[in-house]
Amino acid sequence: MPTPYGPRAEAGPPGLAAKLLGFCEELRSEGVAVGTSEILDAFAALEMVEWTSQADFREALAATIAKSQDDRRVFELLFDRYFFRAAEAEAVQREIGERGEGGGEGDEGAEASERIDMDELREQIREAIMEGDEDRLRDLARLAIAAFGRGEGSGVVGVDVQRIRRTLGLTAGQQPPTEDGEVRPPIDREQLNRFERHLRRELERDLIERTETLPPSRPLAELDRALPTSPTQDLAAVHRAVSQMKRRLATLGHEQRGRRQASAVDVRRTMRASLETGGVPLRLKYRPKRPRRPEIYVLCDVSTSVTSASVFFLSVLHALHDSFRKLRSFVFIERISEVTDVFEHERDFRVVAEKISSEGGVADVSGYTDYGRVWLEFLTEISDELDPRSTVIVLGDARTNGREPHAEVFAQVAERAGRLFWLNPEPKLYWNYGDSVMAAYERHCDGAFECWTTRHLENFVNVVAGGVPADT
Amino acid sequence: MAEGSVAETKEALAKVGYLADEPAALVSYLAQNLGKPVLVEGPAGVGKTELAKALSRATGRELVRLQCYEGLDEAKAMYEWNYRKQLLRIQAGGEAGWEDVQDDIFSSDFLLERPLMQAIASPEPVVLLIDEIDKTDQEFEAMLLELLSDFQITIPELGQISATTMPIVVLTSNDSRELTEALKRRCLYLWLDYPNLEREMEIVRLHVPDLAETLTRRMVEVIGMVRALDLKKPPSIAESIDWARTLLLMGAEDIDRETFEQSMSIIVKHRTDIDLVAERVGVKLADPLRTQG
Repeated sequence: MPTPYGPRAEAGPPGLAAKLLGFCEELRSEGVAVGTSEILDAFAALEMVEWTSQADFREALAATIAKSQDDRRVFELLFDRYFFRAAEAEAVQREIGERGEGGGEGDEGAEASERIDMDELREQIREAIMEGDEDRLRDLARLAIAAFGRGEGSGVVGVDVQRIRRTLGLTAGQQPPTEDGEVRPPIDREQLNRFERHLRRELERDLIERTETLPPSRPLAELDRALPTSPTQDLAAVHRAVSQMKRRLATLGHEQRGRRQASAVDVRRTMRASLETGGVPLRLKYRPKRPRRPEIYVLCDVSTSVTSASVFFLSVLHALHDSFRKLRSFVFIERISEVTDVFEHERDFRVVAEKISSEGGVADVSGYTDYGRVWLEFLTEISDELDPRSTVIVLGDARTNGREPHAEVFAQVAERAGRLFWLNPEPKLYWNYGDSVMAAYERHCDGAFECWTTRHLENFVNVVAGGVPADT
Repeated sequence: MAEGSVAETKEALAKVGYLADEPAALVSYLAQNLGKPVLVEGPAGVGKTELAKALSRATGRELVRLQCYEGLDEAKAMYEWNYRKQLLRIQAGGEAGWEDVQDDIFSSDFLLERPLMQAIASPEPVVLLIDEIDKTDQEFEAMLLELLSDFQITIPELGQISATTMPIVVLTSNDSRELTEALKRRCLYLWLDYPNLEREMEIVRLHVPDLAETLTRRMVEVIGMVRALDLKKPPSIAESIDWARTLLLMGAEDIDRETFEQSMSIIVKHRTDIDLVAERVGVKLADPLRTQG
């Protein structure tokens, strides 16, 4: 079927190699690791597919260049900016636009022809939706944006998508019959969503063109905003940061696994080694110990001094629980209380937050944090289980309200645990001012970080993974 | 289907019961023609392993499968010396010189081939499936690099063993940890996701052709609803096929609340998930207004 605006432009101009290199260069500048070998692969792959099919061209490039989902996202955004822009050009050329709408300017004839365009467009979109032709849908989405979206967008992509859809008069469910009275099959929500997804993508791309900047290229960077104020607001974002942390933690610590501390004799390897001594097993070989999954203990301050941060902390905790099976979490104010169960049995974040405040059993007499006591209790409760494979993460401001900090107990915790990190919701500037005893604790930590945005969280994850801290 | 085009690859895969989407077909096609390994990532149950199996069926090649797990080492993945046989040889050949014995016991006769070696040494081209590579540690990945880029394995006592025929290599990962750059660099990348409604319907109808079309559609819609929830384990494609079979056996006419609750355990297998699904999806089913579309 021909596209609504004639055949596609010829692909494969003489400068394609240069263009492709430029594209890779651009990807690199957005943080995608594109090596020479990837570029060579891309060229090799392009020899194999039809360049004239956009889907093939794009997929071939993506398969060889974008090697993770994050990369793929950046790739998609850049790809269209770099290659195909034919649809918009065509729309401009054909002067399909919103000129006549509402204002009543322009003469009757122009208006009439425009109506036809509109109807035609709607018809074509319906067809494409029914056929599930993704290529065409995208082209039509572009056309629709060129027609009704340019210039007067509200700037909010979601709003614009709905506006365009309404202007087109597309709804889910039963469709009005055609002019000849034919009954059309209904469009279901899913199919309409697909069209809306195209619209959204195109609008985003438009935004990129206008502002000439990419939306934050990596998912984590886009979360860089102040403390989430509502519990659910940034939950997804925190979850993403944590899942990244999970992957890093999952591979960490394996290098410490030695064959020396092993116990069971590996018969096969022993026999193999005995060959050197004529079949006499002089040297015993041991089975390596299975690496254990990281165990994580999280202690979270929920006192009033960190009220604003505790929502964030709780959401971090929530996300951690989704990612790690061996995770035990505790909340504390004056005393410590294990809330692992709450998180394991309740998936709705709001309910979790409520439960913790109502039955956490930590809101004691004064409501002031008593860090010293917390360490003592934590140590008695958990000391047997702490081992070098466990990681302890403390979320708190280290404000003791003038009580005994018991740094020596904290040191014991630090000693038993493999790693101990402290995330402080206050800027470093405020540490050790007033009743903050951060310095006393910081000495024993493997790392202490300021942390009140997801960006900080990402930074923490980076450092934990042995990377360099991202600039904050 | 050694050469051909993307469309032909897709068709060949469909013939053996795997409905590939465009990217999957293209990457499979490239894998065959470029001789590069394919790294397939995606959530559990979207047909990553199945893709490799389908490739083996479509190309008529044997499938060599290496299931990865924590602590997998080269003795179980690549090769091992058959020490029993070596011992026998030493004891049997009493009067032969040491030099002879040494040369002899480290020859390929005494080598036990594990999946990777098997794939390399096979006289017929094979499809090598390295399943759930993310379960192993990074050291194992490093060990794979030589194999993946040059299709050869170096055995200290024997030297290099190179592939005589080019295997199609498929690596799958559930994305439970980040794979190393070095590994990714050597692979084509394919992200498989849950299929959209239309494609899932085709898949289910391919496997359970006897189920009425309207019911299939309804079922796939419900599956979509269930997947949209935040579950511990969303239903996989295999489970939707199982469910379709179950509905067929039950002789269900429509998925109403009762049928759903009876057969729900086929697609949802976690206690908290069951509660959630019953609460969110079951309710919708009871409401007659929300039944079609």
